[in-house]
This record gives sequence, structure tokens and C-alpha cells, in this order.
Amino acid sequence: MTAPLGAARRRSEAEPSVKRPSRDAAEPAVTGAARLDAPSSAPRTMHGRFTPYLFLLPYLVVFGVFGLLPVFLGLWLSLHQWDFQLPNKPFVGLDNYKELFQSDSLVFSDWWESVRATAIFTVLSVPLLVVLPLGMALLLNRSFPGRTFFRAVYFAPYVLGVAVIGLLWRFLLDANLGFVNHLLGLVGLPSDTPWVTATPWAWVSLVGVTVWWTCGFNAVIYLAGLQDIPAELYEAATMDGATRWDKFRHVTLPGLRPVLLFVITTTILASANMFGQSYLITQGAPGNETRTVVSYIVERGLAQNDAGRAAAMSIVLTLMLIVVSVANFRIFRYRED
Amino acid sequence: MTTTPADLSRRRLLGLSLGLGAAAALGVAACGNDDKSSSSGAGNGGKDYTGPKVSLNLWNGFTGGDGDIFKKLVDQFNTEHSNIAITVATYRWEDYYAKLPGAVSSGNGPDIAVMHMDQLATFAARKVIQPVDDVASALGLSESDFAATVWKGGMYNNKRYGIPLDMHPVGFYYNKALMQQAGLDPNKPPTNRSELEQALAALKGKGIQGFWMSPFQFTGGMTGYSLVYQFGGSLYNNDATKATFNSPEAVEAVTWAAKLVTDGHSPANVGQDADYLALKSNKNAFNVNGIWQINDLKKSPEIQWGVAAVPQIGSKKSVWANSHNFTIVQQPKGSDANKVSASKVFINWLSEHSLDWAAGGQVPARNSVREDPKFKELTEVNTLAAELPDAAFPPAAAGIGDVTNLFYTAFNEAVLGKKQPKQALDDGVAKADKLLEDNRKKYGT
Repeated sequence: MTAPLGAARRRSEAEPSVKRPSRDAAEPAVTGAARLDAPSSAPRTMHGRFTPYLFLLPYLVVFGVFGLLPVFLGLWLSLHQWDFQLPNKPFVGLDNYKELFQSDSLVFSDWWESVRATAIFTVLSVPLLVVLPLGMALLLNRSFPGRTFFRAVYFAPYVLGVAVIGLLWRFLLDANLGFVNHLLGLVGLPSDTPWVTATPWAWVSLVGVTVWWTCGFNAVIYLAGLQDIPAELYEAATMDGATRWDKFRHVTLPGLRPVLLFVITTTILASANMFGQSYLITQGAPGNETRTVVSYIVERGLAQNDAGRAAAMSIVLTLMLIVVSVANFRIFRYRED
Repeated sequence: MTTTPADLSRRRLLGLSLGLGAAAALGVAACGNDDKSSSSGAGNGGKDYTGPKVSLNLWNGFTGGDGDIFKKLVDQFNTEHSNIAITVATYRWEDYYAKLPGAVSSGNGPDIAVMHMDQLATFAARKVIQPVDDVASALGLSESDFAATVWKGGMYNNKRYGIPLDMHPVGFYYNKALMQQAGLDPNKPPTNRSELEQALAALKGKGIQGFWMSPFQFTGGMTGYSLVYQFGGSLYNNDATKATFNSPEAVEAVTWAAKLVTDGHSPANVGQDADYLALKSNKNAFNVNGIWQINDLKKSPEIQWGVAAVPQIGSKKSVWANSHNFTIVQQPKGSDANKVSASKVFINWLSEHSLDWAAGGQVPARNSVREDPKFKELTEVNTLAAELPDAAFPPAAAGIGDVTNLFYTAFNEAVLGKKQPKQALDDGVAKADKLLEDNRKKYGT
């Protein structure tokens, strides 16, 4: 899946006998190696029992310090009223969590408004970010002159940072001075659409900008997946009289299933963690309607120094995303069975 | 000759560990420093510094043209003082305020920090900065030397934490070309509600939307803030324990701002900074914006502009204003007395040289400097200095900045027509009172 695109393609063309390249092929190779390894005792004397763990250690240390430890610190913080600069950081038990569900608390309305914003954004952006790049990948997978150029063009926005695209689009989409409304006016369409200051237009802008920005990335993943589908499957399907749609439905889609699962999962997670776009383009406006969960967590935790509540929110967000991801994996496994 | 292990006798080892223990104990004691034991009383309060050469770090948020002027002043100070070397670091204000506490608690903070008046209480409560009462007393500074609100704003729990450097109100910027186009005298900007409304009607007659109202804090929200005080309202009660920005006066003020949109004097959905950019590109006639824009406008000689005091639209004069203050940062390992007294020398020196700072587009906080004839030559800045006796500075209470943001959110909803002004402000106040209550618990005041 992650092999260089050209190489993967060449391999499948040159060795038509290779069936499922990535996962299925890897498994027998490993077991074969293990079996070969078993009878000969020579390599065993080369290393002690802890050697594999020693090889794992460097990564484990990095993961422990920068991955696991912060998770546990976050859990710890979420049980306190925590401003690292104040001498008293009282233990508050589960209060920070309870507050998220008590309608008269300080954070209740803001929290759920931000959850709503994140949910709207995710529901609107994920289908587009899953389907559009697939179409693009199918087109870019065909051979036509200038194909490499178009591949580069569609991927280009992804290399820009969020600060760049945020500022760029904030000015382009300005209701009164922006270029987008100016262009719409030239062709006789309404030229006063409030792209960044009123809903639903703000959602159109945020989703549109995000799709423009990141769809090239998903398209590249799909493209790699497409090139891993063996060509003889298509040949066989043609022999059996399959139409183009049949081939897409019964060869391409099943062949892409692991890739699809990867794309859907990472896209949902990325959309649910959206922050920069709304922070820069709409600034949460109107009111706080487009302020996302991550944006609110950053505001509470870093601007208002309320790390305890921010940590509790982060953990609830994580739990929500775990539920979604598990459901996602279940659905795909169910289909496989 | 090398030391063999045998040389390290048990006795020496014992002595060594005792010494380490004592050093550690000292270190712990130093960490436990707070206001009382730290060396804020070092030196003679900033009159002069005669100790060994020290180098000081200073942090500020002057990212605009004001930053260059500040650096020039620091260079001048460094050449005049052979035993003090100051290094300046500049960050965007938002990053700066987020970064400072962490830097200070890890011992990488600066020695001197520039801070807005409404942040002083928060940072004092969070023990990021230390009291500077002795600077004020040693230099003989008192309330009569400064604008009263600004001087009082530096107090938290009966201690002084900031020495005011400048004051920056909002002003009323006008586009002379558009005024002429509408048949108005470009040298007579409106000064009150009826003159302003007549001017807007004249502009509207020529198809010009004359007063773009931004829904964002910069600087639509600040316009709303000014109007609340002009109509006789206030954001908070006297001791800043309750939010009052849903009073009838405040509702009237915000309604007036929101009505500019419905009356066609402002387009709907003005984006961040679009009001100011429109003024510069001859689309918007009037804009209430910060004094800091004077230098920006001076860079574009093709724009015909002027600046005046904000017209009196409500029952009295008032404008939003804030103030930059010098603070001395706490050091977790204990302050170096020499550094603290050198810092005080610098603060005093710059405060005395704040006339040069006025060229950066700020009004000096010291009365004596404002009365200097050379300050009068800075026409535009001087015009806005006249607003200061009536300016509405934010109150000094820990965590107040976050609460004021709720007013700006309510203003945003009202101007965008998302909610009726009263509804938006009522919702904002309900939330603000909860946050104030939360702040009281957090900061224990």
C-alpha cells in the first residue's frame, strides 16, 4: 500500500502471477522464515532472551515519554482544578466530567455547541473526502497525457500549512471585499453571500476549503491501493462479460477494502480534530457556532489556563472517537464475513 | 596526578553528601520564595545601579511599527548604561501571554515583561510577576503623575504590580475623500450623535455605506464596549463581581451598533479587519479603531484620512482604552538582586523617555510627558490623548480578560443578527456570572 506508486504498478504488470501483494503475501513469508529458523540453534546463541526487547526499547522509551505518559497525566489532570501556575490544584474527583452533562454548569452549553459543530463538520466533510478522492484516483489511474502533472496539481494544496490556507481563504471569502463574491457577481450570481460569518455558508466554506486542501492526500492513498489490484482480475472480469460498473463494484471496491477502511478511519479522526480552519477562517463566528471541540479545548486549557476541564473534555472526545472507530472497524469486518 | 578511588575516603564522601543535601535544601527554600522573601526590595528602587555588569531579558508583544521604536529606545539605554545589557524578544500578544507562565515556572522567563493593564491581576494572582511598590515610592511616582484609572489598575491585593508606560484608546478615523464626495466638510468630522447620523444620511444618499460595523472584537467589539460606557452602562459592577452588560443602557448601545447594519450604513457580515481595509480603500467613511493604526495609515500617503475623538453618541463621552505596563518577573530559583535593581533602573529610564515612545503611536502614561510641548507636536496621537480623561479601562481582577471575551461574543451575535441584542447580552451575562464565580474560586479572591 505504501510502496512507491510507479514501482507497485510495474511489479503487478511484470509479475502477473503475484496475487494479493501486501497483507496476504506477508503472512506466509513470516511463518516460513520462522519454520526455517526453528531447527538451527546457531542463531539462538547469537542473542539472549532480552535482545528483541532491547531493540524495541528506544521506541518504547520515546512512546512511553511522549505517548503514554501524557495520556496518564491527562487523566490525572482531569480529576483536578488545574492551573499549573497556581499553588492550589484541588482534587475535584469526577466534577470536571459531570459538568459536561449538567445543564446549569459553566461549560455545558459551550461544550455541547462545540460538539455539535464538530459533528456537523465531520458528517459533511467525511463523505466528500472519501468519495471525491476515489473518483480523482480512478481518473488519475488511467493513462493520458499530462497525468503526472495533474497528480501533482491535486496534491499541491496539501503541502501548504493550515495557517497559509486559513489566511488565504479568509480574505478570498470575505463577504464584502473578497474575491469569491466578486467573481460570483461578475457572472450574475448573488455577490453578498456571507461565506464566513453566517451559517450554513460558514459550513460550506469550512468543508469546501478542507476538501480542497486535503483531498489530494486521500487520492494518493487510493491511487496506491488501485495499483495494488492485480490486472488479471480485470482481465478475467472482462472475459466473463462484466461491464465497467460491474468491474468497479466487484473488483475495484473489494480490492480497495483495506485502503478504504484506512481512509475512512483517518478522515473521520482528522475531521473530528479540526481546529485550524475554523480558528482562522470563521473564528468560531457567528457567535461560537463554528467553534470545534478541539478549538474549545485549546481555548479553555491554554488561553484560560483551565487544564483540568480541558483534559476532561479531551478524554471524553477520545472516548467518542474510540466508539466511532470501533463501529467503523466492525462494519467493515462484518462485510468481510 | 589522578585521584584514585581510595582518595575518596568515607569522611570525604560524607562531607560531600552533606554539602549536596544542604545545597538541595537551599534550592528548595529558594523555590519556595514568594512575594515576601523574594528580593523585590533590591536596589534603591531604580534611581541608579552601580553593581557588576548584568544582562537582562525583556519580552514584549510589540510586533508592529512600535516594536522598532521600542528596540531603538533599548539600544539607547544600553549605550548609556555600560553595566546593564538588555536583550529584547518580541512575540504576538496571544502567544506571549500563553508562553510566559510556562517560561517563568521553568526558569526560562524574562526579567522584565510588558503587559496590558487588564492582565496584571491575572498574572499577579498566578505569581508570574512580583510587586514593584518600591519602584513607585523610590521614584516618587504617585497617582497624580498618571491618569488615575491607569495608576489604580496596576494594583492587586493592595500591592503594585505594574508601572504604566502608555495608554492606547480607540479613535474615530474618517476618510476625507468619501466625506467630500458626500458634500461633507472633510475637516469637520462628526462629534455627536446627530452630526454623525446626518453625515451617514448624506453618505447613504451617495450610495456609500459610511460606518462599517465589524462583529469582531478588533475593533467592532471595542466600538461596542465604548458605546456601552457612552450610554451610561458598564461591563461590570464596581468590584467586578457581577457582569452588567445586559443593563438597559448596554442593550441600547449594542442595539445602536447593530442598527447601523439594518439601516444600511454598514454591509452585513463585515469580516475581521474588513472595516479598516475598506476605509483605506475608499469604501468606508468612518471606522473606530485603535490609536496604533496612526502609524500604519501614515505609511500610505495616497489615503486622505483624519482621526478625531470618538463622537459622543450616548449620554456622555467614553472610549475603550488599555495601557501597557512594565512588570518584573518572578524567578523560581530566587531573584538576583542585581538584576532586579537593574530592571528597575530601566523601567524608570524608559518611563522618563516615554515621549520617544509616543512616536510609536501611543499616549505616554506620565502626565508630565503629555504636557511636554514636544508631545503636542505629535498631532494625531495628541488628538486622541484628549479622550483619556473619559476613557473606560478594563477593571483589575484576576481572569477578567476571559469574561470580557463573553461580551465580545454577545456583540458578535447581535451585529450578525444571530440574536436580538438583548437576548445575546442576557445569554452572555448569564455565562459571565458563572465564569466570574469560577474565577473567584480559582484565584481565591
